[in-house]
Amino acid sequence: MRAPRPPISLTARLAFAGLLIVVVGGLLVTFLAWTYGQRAAQEAFDRLLLGAADQISASIRFSDSELLVDLPTTAFDLLALSRNDRVVYRVARATGETLTGYDQVAFPDALNSQQFYDGEITGEAARFVALPRYFAERDFSGSTITIVGHTRQARNALAWDIMQNAWFILLLAGFGMTALALFAIRSALEPLRRVSHHLLALDPDDLAPIALNVPRELTAFITAFNRFAGRIDRQMQVMQDFIADSAHQLRTPIAALRATTRNAVEDAQNSEVKHELEKIDAQAVRLGHLTDQLLSHALVIHRADAGKLVPLDLRQVAIDSVDIVDVLVPKGQHIRLELPESPLMIDGDTLSLVEAVKNLMSNALNHGEPPFEIEVVKIDNTARLHVRDHGAGVSAAGWRQNARRFSREPGRSGVGGLGLAIVRSVALAHGAQIEVSKGSDAFQVTLVFSLKQDVTGEDPYD
Amino acid sequence: MIKSMTLVILIAFACVTSSLCVVAQEDVAQFGRSDAGQSLLIRSTTDIAAFAPLMNAFLKANPEVSLRYEQWGSINLNELSATNCHEGKGVADLVISSAVDLQTKLINDGCAQPYVSSFTSQLPETQNWRNELFGLTYEPAVIIYNRLLLTADQIPRSRFDLIDGLRPLNSRLAGRVATYDIEESGLGYLFAFIDSQQANTFGRLMEAFGRSGAVATCCSAEIIDAVSYGSYLIGYNVLGSYALSRAETDPNIGVLAPADYTLVLSRSAYIPRNATNSALAKRFLDFALSPAGRQALRETRLIVNFSGDDADIDLPGGAAANLRLIPLSPRLLVGLDQHKRRIFLDLWRQNLEAK
Repeated sequence: MRAPRPPISLTARLAFAGLLIVVVGGLLVTFLAWTYGQRAAQEAFDRLLLGAADQISASIRFSDSELLVDLPTTAFDLLALSRNDRVVYRVARATGETLTGYDQVAFPDALNSQQFYDGEITGEAARFVALPRYFAERDFSGSTITIVGHTRQARNALAWDIMQNAWFILLLAGFGMTALALFAIRSALEPLRRVSHHLLALDPDDLAPIALNVPRELTAFITAFNRFAGRIDRQMQVMQDFIADSAHQLRTPIAALRATTRNAVEDAQNSEVKHELEKIDAQAVRLGHLTDQLLSHALVIHRADAGKLVPLDLRQVAIDSVDIVDVLVPKGQHIRLELPESPLMIDGDTLSLVEAVKNLMSNALNHGEPPFEIEVVKIDNTARLHVRDHGAGVSAAGWRQNARRFSREPGRSGVGGLGLAIVRSVALAHGAQIEVSKGSDAFQVTLVFSLKQDVTGEDPYD
Repeated sequence: MIKSMTLVILIAFACVTSSLCVVAQEDVAQFGRSDAGQSLLIRSTTDIAAFAPLMNAFLKANPEVSLRYEQWGSINLNELSATNCHEGKGVADLVISSAVDLQTKLINDGCAQPYVSSFTSQLPETQNWRNELFGLTYEPAVIIYNRLLLTADQIPRSRFDLIDGLRPLNSRLAGRVATYDIEESGLGYLFAFIDSQQANTFGRLMEAFGRSGAVATCCSAEIIDAVSYGSYLIGYNVLGSYALSRAETDPNIGVLAPADYTLVLSRSAYIPRNATNSALAKRFLDFALSPAGRQALRETRLIVNFSGDDADIDLPGGAAANLRLIPLSPRLLVGLDQHKRRIFLDLWRQNLEAK
């Protein structure tokens, strides 16, 4: 089965509609211009023809008991206005007897009124007018018919000319309309583009309502989206609270469990039972650790949501972290601390930051090789905190994979994998970048903060 | 009138079908090698001699061509062309005639085929109708006079001078002014008819002619001869090409272009719809309109130069604005109208016959 075709894009729909208007409009205008041009040319040259016929008819006089046509040159001047057209004329009695002109010119169907009709002049399409004139003389009572005709070259040329002019205007209008349509499409789709840019730029964890000012047509969409995001946000909140509460509630029984198993291990006589009890104890230790981390993660997120970031010295964070982690350092090892001489002020939350550094360091202690180092440096407008060990490390991609919440991947993540997730949450809350670099004999994770610009914090050690 | 026209048609008919015909062409000339691959048939009203330089120049440029030139009277040529047109056979490849009104009617009746080239499109509108009828020459209608018998102050420089000169009862000019008999000469009729449309002068001129007993006679050559001999002092509306050619060899003949206005005739050519060798006719037409062709026509004064150092003729008034080319246009049909012609000829006769 074939994959369903993706729906046609809005731009394409709008462009198609615009094109349709231009094409249909163009055909319509062409048709109208052609018919109009033909009618205009027909009317203009019919009048000319009639003018000539009128003059000729007026020149018929009755003299010496016969009808005489004193053909006026001006009539032919009129006809010569359509320069390249052939001309015929015939003046005849209504009875059919030709007075002068071309014998061959046929009479119209009706002779009693002025009449225009189409015909031929030796094989070429032509237009004729027939004009009756009534005489009531002593010797002659009756009517004459004056017929004047000419070929259609000038008519067609004029019609064609009118149509060409219309086409020219149409072409201009077409360009104008296309430009306008493009502009309209772009400006109509602009809010959509803004919304999608905004959504793309959103932090993956950011579920705050979108506060974009959008046109009425999009507010429903934004409202629905916000409602949806709000629902997820509330569920997340509920879940976090639940986890924190559970962890907190679990702490006491777990502590009790540990104490009990410890005692049980010590009291155990049977080595087999003792071994089993030691396993239970180890699991209880892990359980306790995990509960701590869950709590600490919940704490970090809570503090981040509270959003209270205050100016602080990154060096202080490093020092506090080492103080806390120091107890975990195996005997004979220590953590080297490298700090700049002047303070590096950033906006942050000390507690969260220390938690993050602690987790990074404990990860290094668990999986890396000594020596262990924490370094704070200033590069350009950034303050950087490196946590470095000299083990094999993991790739940047692997690290990020592990930093996902509740990762169950074994390896460099902390017990139960929550440690790096905490680091990530803290970094997000501080707008900090996490850089992972793996050298030949060192593995380093760096938190990159932007320096607080205007405040030159006092050195608390001075 | 109608009877005589029918007669002409019958004679023309006879000419097409019978070689014994004498009325038909006035003269025939064969140009170029007899073994030439292509041959072109031109029927024209122009004297062979006047057209010979053009044809020789054309043959020099196109040696593979032979050329048959038939010289016809304008009425006969028109009848023949009309018959050919309607029957579609026995046609010439190119028809050239000074009777531009008759030529226009043939075009109007659909007897020609159109041709557009860089040369034809250079022609002004007045010398190109429908890309079918092309004006080849530029020939003024002039006044000629006898240089021996007229003193400088007696020479009429314009129609006004002529009218004034004819006015005195004992005028020297009385009875010694000649012009075409417009009933006999198609060209004379054309000039007179166009004259009648140009200015009121014509009515007064006809009156003056009538009063003073001007003589209407047949043809250019006759008028020029008579002026040269002194039997007439002045010839009015003589075709400039003939008059100027004659004036070159005949010291008695003086030529001037009337200062009030000068009619200019452009002998016109068309390629018949059914022409046998229309491609060659087009080549000839292009040549006649090319600088080389125009130079050849200038030699025999078929193109008259009015300005510049090598001007052929003086305009006493001086202004080129007074040159009035007879435009190739359906307007020329008016003069051919049966009633119009009758009315005009009646007027002419009344004036010239009434003493």
